[in-house]
Amino acid sequence: MARLVRSWILLLILQSFLVSIAFGSKEVEEFSEALLLKPLPDRKVLAHFHFENRAPPSNSHGRHHHLFPKAISQLVQKFRVKEMELSFTQGRWNHEHWGGFDPLSSMNAKPVGVELWAVFDVPLSQVDTSWKNLTHALSGLFCASINFLESSTSYAAPTWGFGTNSDKLRYGSLPREAVCTENLTPWLKLLPCRDKDGISALMNRPSVYRGFYHSQRLHLSTVESGQEGLGSGIVLEQTLTVVLQPDTTSVERNTQPSWSLNSLFGRKVVGRCVLAKSSNVYLQLEGLSGHELKNVDSEIEAHKLWKNADFELSLKPDRVLREISSFLFIFDIEKSSDSEPFDLGLTWKRPSKWLCQLAPLHASRFLMGSGNERGAIAILLKETESQEKLNLTNGRCTIKVNIFQIFPWYVKVYYHTLQIFVDQQKKTDSEVLKKINVSPSTDKVSSGMMEMMLELPCEVKSAAISIEYDKGFLHIDEYPPDANQGFDIPSALISFPDHHASLDFKEELGNSPLLSKFKEKSSVRSYTEVLLVPLTTPDFSMPYNVITITCTIFALYFGSLLNVIRRRIGEEERFLKSQAGKKKGGLKQLLSRFIAKIRGRPIEESSSSSELQSSVLSSKLIFKIILVAGAAAAWQYFSTDK
Amino acid sequence: MAADNRYEEEEVRTDDGSPITKPRPIVRLGIFLVAHSPVFSVVFSAAGVLALLLLPLLAKNTYISENALMPGSARSMLSNRDASDGSKLVKDIKNFRLNHEGQGVEVQRLIGKYMSEMVAEVYYQKFQPEGNQFHPLHFFSGPASYTLLRNVSCASYGVNVVGIIRAPRGDGKESIVLVTPYDFINGGDYEDLSLGVVSSLFSLLSRVTWLSKDIIWLVADSRYGDYRPVAAWLAEYHTPSFKVSDQLKCDELNTADNFRRAGTVAAALVLKVDGRSERFEDILSIYADASNGQMPNLDLINVVNYLAVHRQGFHVKVEKVVSLLSSSWLKIVGEIFEAVGKVAHTLNPDWKFGIPAAEYIEGSATLASSLYSQAFGIPTGPHGAFRDYQVDAITLKISPGFPPDSKARQHDFFLRGSQLLEGTIRSVNNLLEKFHQSFFLYLLTSPSKFISVGVYMIAFALLVASLPMVAASLYVDGCKALTKSTHNSAENFKSWKWLDAAKQVFALHLLGFIVTLLPYFICQVPGQHSPRNRSIMWGTTSSLLLVTFVTIPGCSPFSSRLHGTNWAILKSVTISAAFIGLCLMSIINFATAEIGALLLVPTCLLAQPIKPALRSRRVKSLLGAFCSMVLVTIGFPVIFFAITKGLVGEGLVGLSLGGEFWTWLESLWAWKSATYLYIGMVHLPCWLLCVCILFHPS
Repeated sequence: MARLVRSWILLLILQSFLVSIAFGSKEVEEFSEALLLKPLPDRKVLAHFHFENRAPPSNSHGRHHHLFPKAISQLVQKFRVKEMELSFTQGRWNHEHWGGFDPLSSMNAKPVGVELWAVFDVPLSQVDTSWKNLTHALSGLFCASINFLESSTSYAAPTWGFGTNSDKLRYGSLPREAVCTENLTPWLKLLPCRDKDGISALMNRPSVYRGFYHSQRLHLSTVESGQEGLGSGIVLEQTLTVVLQPDTTSVERNTQPSWSLNSLFGRKVVGRCVLAKSSNVYLQLEGLSGHELKNVDSEIEAHKLWKNADFELSLKPDRVLREISSFLFIFDIEKSSDSEPFDLGLTWKRPSKWLCQLAPLHASRFLMGSGNERGAIAILLKETESQEKLNLTNGRCTIKVNIFQIFPWYVKVYYHTLQIFVDQQKKTDSEVLKKINVSPSTDKVSSGMMEMMLELPCEVKSAAISIEYDKGFLHIDEYPPDANQGFDIPSALISFPDHHASLDFKEELGNSPLLSKFKEKSSVRSYTEVLLVPLTTPDFSMPYNVITITCTIFALYFGSLLNVIRRRIGEEERFLKSQAGKKKGGLKQLLSRFIAKIRGRPIEESSSSSELQSSVLSSKLIFKIILVAGAAAAWQYFSTDK
Repeated sequence: MAADNRYEEEEVRTDDGSPITKPRPIVRLGIFLVAHSPVFSVVFSAAGVLALLLLPLLAKNTYISENALMPGSARSMLSNRDASDGSKLVKDIKNFRLNHEGQGVEVQRLIGKYMSEMVAEVYYQKFQPEGNQFHPLHFFSGPASYTLLRNVSCASYGVNVVGIIRAPRGDGKESIVLVTPYDFINGGDYEDLSLGVVSSLFSLLSRVTWLSKDIIWLVADSRYGDYRPVAAWLAEYHTPSFKVSDQLKCDELNTADNFRRAGTVAAALVLKVDGRSERFEDILSIYADASNGQMPNLDLINVVNYLAVHRQGFHVKVEKVVSLLSSSWLKIVGEIFEAVGKVAHTLNPDWKFGIPAAEYIEGSATLASSLYSQAFGIPTGPHGAFRDYQVDAITLKISPGFPPDSKARQHDFFLRGSQLLEGTIRSVNNLLEKFHQSFFLYLLTSPSKFISVGVYMIAFALLVASLPMVAASLYVDGCKALTKSTHNSAENFKSWKWLDAAKQVFALHLLGFIVTLLPYFICQVPGQHSPRNRSIMWGTTSSLLLVTFVTIPGCSPFSSRLHGTNWAILKSVTISAAFIGLCLMSIINFATAEIGALLLVPTCLLAQPIKPALRSRRVKSLLGAFCSMVLVTIGFPVIFFAITKGLVGEGLVGLSLGGEFWTWLESLWAWKSATYLYIGMVHLPCWLLCVCILFHPS
């Protein structure tokens, strides 16, 4: 109760502060930077950069900002974006080793390629237009082919399966988009210090892109001021999550590798971005045994926290926060300078092992079947060693699972073939399926979408969902340049609406956007793999063959047709007879005789059998052919000899 | 068909004496060909055989068609450390075997432990060793059909070990599979080496950053054959059953529900190490034929061949028919071609089609083997299982040139073997698209020479070309004969005279179809029967059926006299049926059609009633009758089987011939070979018809 009161008071103070800012016409645009480092159980290190830029609601400056990137604010104003998220990802998030239950993974584990979703604040009829314009604008802004999301076959309008209930939401993803520095540079340009100063100076391109996972995200939301005449404020959140492998020189395979910022990134922090309100570095250590943490109050105990028998930090943390299963060491980089750069290091002394918090169910998706006609998509949910599962409804412990999936139109899904198996037993839809929303695809017009909510018993070992599809045929000009690679089915989103990932700190947080973000309750979500469907591809030289063959056939057809129409056989005969009757002179006669000889004298000896004719013809023909071939061979022989 | 219709019209007009017009050149050509069909059929058939013999000369050198493959362009990253990792595994397995004799799944666990140390995801898969049963309805159906749930016995099952290395930065859409068949109970020393090679490679791949496709290493439990474990794993990979399977109940190893996948399989390599080679150097044999003559993309073979020859110094070979190497007639043919080539070369230095006789013999022996194994329609190794899922796969069988206990050479062998695999994987890894650039239809005459479909189909086309001509001319003759005998006017030509003959041909084809299905019912006969008994059963039922068919009036070819059909028309329809059958078969499995045409075309062409020949007592006709008798004898599938066995060098079999034939056929249908259908539904009826013509009471 006391806590509640306290937080209320805090809120009141904050509010009055904000109000005073608003009325004192002293709008402050705030920027803060933070870096969270976290050793992972599989000898890797996660680095999560977090930048937040807030533009308060104002109209005093017109369209000018101090810190906030103008490009983004223009985007928001022009397309009336209420909320938007854009992510570029390379590599796969390893849900088993890197965690699936904490806010970090549910917010930053993104599907491969580009993912974009946006909620608009426009009338329903204009949402699609706004979306299309937005994709083009973002495409230009981030040097990526986001404009491919413009086509109605590549995006969908989820209703409830995506987590945000809004009919003005559009969602699309491009699994094949390659991510590289040209996408990072424009993203960095949105930061007030770019990558020149502060934490972002760590982003050495080779080390960032050497990582096992790399996801850069941009999330923006508008905050309504609630006042007449005042525009809305914008909160821009930019994060970059990388998973790096520290260089290991130690021979021991059991101990975790030791690292420092310099060894991970090849750079050090030489001071904060002066424009930032706060710039902190956090180090999160998970799964430490709790025996040495009895009394944190005394100085010695606190000291023990960061320098003990298991590990040692190279710098003394400014604060230590405790969570249920982890510790958070906070470092302020304000003190660092050129002469004394901030280079946090972690040295492991003893082998240690811990497990990450896993999502209630592990989801994997794969294709079934073979051949070029049909197949099936299966989503397999398996139990994990997750701690938190309990959720009682009607006295029954259940797990709610939301599945949201987009099917491109060339994967023609038959929704009636949906089969659900729970613990290897086939279940009818009514048993486990709480809600389902399906919008079938239209060929070459729109993609299909499926949202479903399953309610599984808590003790479920495995659940499988399979749905059959037919492979479609594309028109020749609809194939992408590398059609033989196959076609991608974007990731499905598996979310657990009743499970909330949040870090629950015992201490007060202070004013840190990153930590308050972590403290917010967000539902656990994970993306499945992208699937590659090999479709039948034509031999692309085929159009040429088809054209040639068709032309030949046409020529033959029309040629013979014209011949039939034009020729008059009776006339010809009469003409031939009259020709035979006439006398011809000299050369002409010789010629006609010669021709008649070649043709085997058709008129005079009409009664003789055709066999005889043809045999005569053949011997002569063969003789002629041999003559010509001999001449050719002789010519060839003499011509090449020289 | 159009040609002989016009021919009829032409004939009719001349008979009527009406003023004829000159027919179109193409029609004239048709008439000409049909009129001289005996000459042309001999010429065409001879040309077909000659073209077949010429094929080794026409073989082209292979080349890498897909530029993205870039084999050998990257330096191998494999170090001695990786090779010693492999040696360690081999040593551990050997020690383990010495201490534990035939212990359950301990070896699998050991391999699994090694894999997981290399940061791979490991799981075990159980499978049942049961073979495929013949089911007529499932003949051409996909691989999904064999996930039928059967009674599962816990006593015998195999366990595969699978490790997956995830590509660090890959998107997990595609994967490459490495297979090492390994007998966990009584694997020999050489089999261990294959594990050593792949584990050296695996140790490297767990470190590299260039992977874009996941790597799956499948150690297949080859206790029940090489093919079955791979097929079982693939079936589980692609068509899992989500229902309860009994297999999980007999639990020794926790295999339940941890099957992992890694996207669409891009390519697969099967590595086997067996027996010592006769030479000092290591020999690498490439096996590529999958079921029904389907081949992997030629680029895959090219890459392996290129790397093995130019980088690792393996002696690469593909299978040959050994008995052909020493055959004298082939040598003579080779020498003739060589001489012709030399003469041509003196005439024009640009004409380079002659090859040395020795090379020619090698080439034709390889070609014969290539044709034989494609025609057989049975995969030559575990790679065949992948083809069912449109995955390009080959088997690499290495015969090391050193005894298994030679440590120094073993290390070197691991290094070279895994470098070869590394190079191949790297090439496939480079591929953005699936294999599609190079050929799928080809015959190999050496590891680096191939004959593409455009060339080898000429031989078949020439062989088959004579059939429609002869059919047309026979039809005309038959009609003429009928006209003479019935003294009917021209109506006879336009009447449906061929319908009677067609009825008979159809009846015999129906019989062939039933005979093809019979084995399924014979298999259902309760009780254990030896293959020989089964074949006797089959033979007697087939003969009974034949007798029944013959007695049905209207269907029997011997009842023709009643209806006034003459043998020429029957032969004409038979030849048409054979032509259609062969052409259809050439689409499904070219090699079968080619060999079938070699047998069927002369038999059909030469088949003539022997009665008149005997009556006439002329040397020419007697010789003809004798030839057709011999051909018909050879054409009988059982006899041909025996002759091929003798040719391949397995020795002629005596009384057990029936049994062997049965087992052979059983293997054909178990592997869903279309050759079986061809024998039953094209070859056998046509052969029977030829016999009918031979003994035609005309």
